[in-house]
Amino acid sequence: MLLNVENLRVSYGNIKALHGISFNIDAGEIVTIIGANGAGKSTTLRAVSRMVPVETGSVMTCMGKDLLKFPADKVVSQLGITHVPEGRRLFGNLTVMENLQLATFARKDRDNVKKDYLRVFEIFPRLEERKSQASGTLSGGEQQMLAIGRAFMSGRRLMLLDEPSMGLSPLLMMNVFQALKEINRQEGTAILLVEQNARLALKFSKKGYVLENGNLVLEGASETLINDPEVKKAYLGG
Amino acid sequence: MTVNFLMQNLINALQWGSFYALIALGYSMVYSILMLFNFAHGDIFMVGAYIGLGVSLGLLSLFGSGAAAVLPGWVVLVLTILISMFLTAFVGIIVERVGYRPLREAPRASAAITGLMIGIILETANILFLGGSRLKFPQLIESVTYNIGGVYVTNKKIMIVLVSIGLMLALHQLITRTKWGMAMRAMAYDYVVVPLVGVPMNTIAAMTFAIGSALAAAAGILFGLAYPVLDPYMGVSFGWKAFVAAILGGRGSIMGACIAGFMLGFIEIMTVPAIQIMNRLFSLNIGSNFRDLIAYSIVLLILIFRPHGLFGQAYSAKLRL
Repeated sequence: MLLNVENLRVSYGNIKALHGISFNIDAGEIVTIIGANGAGKSTTLRAVSRMVPVETGSVMTCMGKDLLKFPADKVVSQLGITHVPEGRRLFGNLTVMENLQLATFARKDRDNVKKDYLRVFEIFPRLEERKSQASGTLSGGEQQMLAIGRAFMSGRRLMLLDEPSMGLSPLLMMNVFQALKEINRQEGTAILLVEQNARLALKFSKKGYVLENGNLVLEGASETLINDPEVKKAYLGG
Repeated sequence: MTVNFLMQNLINALQWGSFYALIALGYSMVYSILMLFNFAHGDIFMVGAYIGLGVSLGLLSLFGSGAAAVLPGWVVLVLTILISMFLTAFVGIIVERVGYRPLREAPRASAAITGLMIGIILETANILFLGGSRLKFPQLIESVTYNIGGVYVTNKKIMIVLVSIGLMLALHQLITRTKWGMAMRAMAYDYVVVPLVGVPMNTIAAMTFAIGSALAAAAGILFGLAYPVLDPYMGVSFGWKAFVAAILGGRGSIMGACIAGFMLGFIEIMTVPAIQIMNRLFSLNIGSNFRDLIAYSIVLLILIFRPHGLFGQAYSAKLRL
């Protein structure tokens, strides 16, 4: 098992965001968490990437190691878990290339880094064309590509994706998800996808969880969930 | 009122502005990445000057001075600057580690108060250990005055301005060409996300404090060469004016800090001849001790028309993911 989460609790002040959820991801697996706005999807990703403190009793292990012992930057550089946050959050003042370079800050394997740049440009040829452009001037689709490329450069055991479809046209969305599938297939990168577009997420993934008000209420194979009458009614528009 | 007279003042302004610019850089660099002003920075300038004093005295006793000198004065000076910058960098690192890092998530006002308290601690420690009396900074190089077409320039003034500009250019290289500089620029844009790409934010923060403090130490030594008397409160009087330069340049703007530092030096120095001209033209009797009142009223006026400073941007900070 790649990632195992048990009894994960997170609060923002007095507001409880996650009430002790448990889930797991196998190596190379694509898993999705679907749920309404404010259900706690983003919080789950932030907890795994150690961007929000978790409450005592929460257990998170990555390949047997206690994830809670790693600070946020080491989760990326030592465990290979990368988080593509909602809204991309690129460094708009840096060029496309610099955004990719920065993601290799902690890496020592120079030769592989060079190969990885080529891989990113192979997957997203548009990024190579815009290499020396400030990333703030990219279109929404290109920004999402760069955000994924940046995550690819910093580590690729597990990618946490927060609403990658947001603000993209259907065609661009297809491109992005195809690229993700390719990364998953070729690099064996596991993906934890959080989406409001539940249909897309369930089609893309193998296993799914349904999150409601900070509790996981349903889990199962994605193809089962997509046909579940409750899920259909609540998240797939009937 | 001649061209010579103006040139003379311009050179003085360049020297005076060099000190402001070097110190203002430390305020701006820290602000740009952590969005807080390190109010202890003026006192780090003071500590840097005293470390410079200690290092130079140490080197002089090691290598001899005057006729018995083994090393030429300028070598001792270069060594003093380098060693003191290195040592003062650690003061900055300690201030960040002890004073600011534990308060990273605390309200901004708490961090500001911390800075003021650290400043007071540094001043009091100085008085405690060194007795609080003013100390004389050794003149490491012989002063030579050149007469260039009626304008008098000393070798020290030239050296101070050139060293300052050299340090600024070196900083520019570091920020634009190295991965550390890249990380600093990224942090200035959106510091919350920096750990998400595997960059150790605390290391970058510590390094920024180190660089800012090293520049303040250089300013302290150069100041000691030009005005060879150090006192424990020099960081308060002088450091706060450099803070004004940092604000004038635009919060967090590196280039702004440099330009505004020189500009502030220029305004302060030029106010005195301006007062003299006014006195003569309108038969007034304004004393030159009105200098700061007038100079800082001008700064206030500039800020009224450019509230974000010369190069500052009005942007909303993203404080969380």
